[in-house]
Amino acid sequence: MPRETVAEFTVDHVQVLDREGTVDTDLEPDLGEERLEELYRLMKLARRFEERAIALQRRGEIGTYAPAIGQEAAQIGSASALAAEDWMTTSFRESAAYLARGTPIDRLLCYAMGMEEGAEVPEGSRSMPPSIAVGSQALHGVGIGWGQAMLGEEGASLVYFGDGATSEGDVYEALNLAGVYDARTVFFCQNNQYAISVPREEQSRAETLAQKAIAAGIEGIQVDGNDVLGVYAVTRAALARAREGRPTLVEAITYRRSMHTTADDPSVYREPEEERDWEAYDPIDRFETYLRERGVLDDELIAAIEERVEADLEEGIERAMDERDSVDPAEMFDYAYADLPPWVERQREAFEEGPGGASGDGTSAGGHGE
Amino acid sequence: MASNRTLVEAVREALSEELARDDSVVVYGQDVAVDGGVFRATQGLAETYPERVYDAPVAESGIVGLGVGLAAVGLRPVPEIQFSGFAFQAFHQIQQHVARLHSRTRGTLSCPMTLRTPYGGGIRALEHHSESYEAGYAHIPGLKVVIPSGPADAKGLLASAIRDPDPVLFLEPMRIYRAFREEVPEGDHLVPIGEARVVDPGEDVTVVAWGAMLREARRAAGAVDASVELIDARSISPLDTETITDSVRKTGRCVVVHEAPRSGGMGAEVAARIGEEAFFYLEAPVERVAGYDVPYPLFAREEAYLPDRERILAGIERAIET
Repeated sequence: MPRETVAEFTVDHVQVLDREGTVDTDLEPDLGEERLEELYRLMKLARRFEERAIALQRRGEIGTYAPAIGQEAAQIGSASALAAEDWMTTSFRESAAYLARGTPIDRLLCYAMGMEEGAEVPEGSRSMPPSIAVGSQALHGVGIGWGQAMLGEEGASLVYFGDGATSEGDVYEALNLAGVYDARTVFFCQNNQYAISVPREEQSRAETLAQKAIAAGIEGIQVDGNDVLGVYAVTRAALARAREGRPTLVEAITYRRSMHTTADDPSVYREPEEERDWEAYDPIDRFETYLRERGVLDDELIAAIEERVEADLEEGIERAMDERDSVDPAEMFDYAYADLPPWVERQREAFEEGPGGASGDGTSAGGHGE
Repeated sequence: MASNRTLVEAVREALSEELARDDSVVVYGQDVAVDGGVFRATQGLAETYPERVYDAPVAESGIVGLGVGLAAVGLRPVPEIQFSGFAFQAFHQIQQHVARLHSRTRGTLSCPMTLRTPYGGGIRALEHHSESYEAGYAHIPGLKVVIPSGPADAKGLLASAIRDPDPVLFLEPMRIYRAFREEVPEGDHLVPIGEARVVDPGEDVTVVAWGAMLREARRAAGAVDASVELIDARSISPLDTETITDSVRKTGRCVVVHEAPRSGGMGAEVAARIGEEAFFYLEAPVERVAGYDVPYPLFAREEAYLPDRERILAGIERAIET
């Protein structure tokens, strides 16, 4: 019985800036000092945003929050590779990516404070609101990438999900469909090692998550997710391929140094030793070392950046809290349908009249009819 | 002008005309392009609109989820799920994303998707091919649910669904895809979503039905010794309460007929609304003639499961005799 190998595959791992802060000049993306400084500022902003968000949650100012401390390079590096015409589709842990896209701080906080206002998509913005269901948004990113191709648009689509989402059927369907339709889509998996408490090695027997692309016939590549230059370079190249109808799955190897959400206690499922090991590979520290050596950063500039970050955060928090104070609960009725239907209008009226109002809960007295 | 069409031909006509009218309409699903759909509802469309009619892999969640992205970039997706029993594989996309995109983003994005799928029993199909769970979808705010009972309405309601700014689940009763022909207006023909149709006026009892059950209800109404007002709900969500309650105020009695399981079905909703708005006009409890609270049986028993003329007749007689 003849038996021969009919297909063989490899998965590459890319690292531009190593853990000691030394750069591989062959792979280094061509970024000017201003862009490098901007990447640094965004990473610092994202880190401080997450820290402040956790503190705000502890004080009861915002709801359950999913921070991404340690994943700043993965998110800032990839989102910074997007052009204005590109779309971004996210899960629930992508505050850093939104910040990199210029989403105002107060918008993110409004969403975290439980206001739909924070999920509005401003005119001209191409960032989808976060998907809380795990992995379901991967398909939306493919729909966008396929639609862009159909419309002959310039842009491409970048979709974020985590290591846990790669176990979801929707992610498999998305990878496959992207290949079938030549969708202009880049899948960006942040492998942060844990899906709540389940470690990466229990998530899948696959040696890499990037190789999940292979079965779908699309390219899979791994990148050091704590290396902002590597992430940027890999994502930019993947977006360029996507514009030609060639989707890619990028697996960024990183580590969620924070808890899964503010409702989670990681000490139950992981050792302090492991956390210390990863702390040594912190993406911001590594980038800072490189930028100092390159002469882009010094103590004075770092202090100025930190000052600006704190001021921006203060202003954003203040704005969000002001907006929360003016929330009108009756607005929950207004957006279920494109036009407020009469039966929902009557429920709105009943709500505003209160429980003692004449029309009860608004479903009587013709409450359902057109 | 009107032409004699079957329901499935009327669906095809609506799709063809909407593809012609609006460049943003995109039709896709399993076997819809080359094969023209397993019921031939999309036959020939891919030849005329090769850039906007696509075959899809077997991936229900994928088919529906893609539509969310297509809608986000400004297209108007009209996906098909081959049988409604398999739409459960996409239920989370429908509930979590399709129906919520507008409210989640406070109207800054919307999902004007028309999700077509054959539904209901009576064609001796395989397991999972005959379900009718319209109530489960009608329970989702943000989603509209429509079921035509004949060719003319199928065309008019589908055109309205495709033009609707909200997502619409369009359930096509398989059993009557080719069961009869009817005059269907040519060209633009819109039947508004949210309006029931009084099929036959009557004085003694109101019978509300939809989809394939309408014909069974009509057969029963013709056999009963009473004047029956037959109403085709046709829009399940929003349900036209006014037409139903106006009728009940006149007749004082109501029978709701559906092939979906009885408990928690739309019959319960109709009864509740009559209770809220026409209680003092009622001369008998609202009667429900429905499928049983069992999983849809394999086809050797489906005739026993489905409401037929005799069961509906008995229901009407119970309502009248009370």
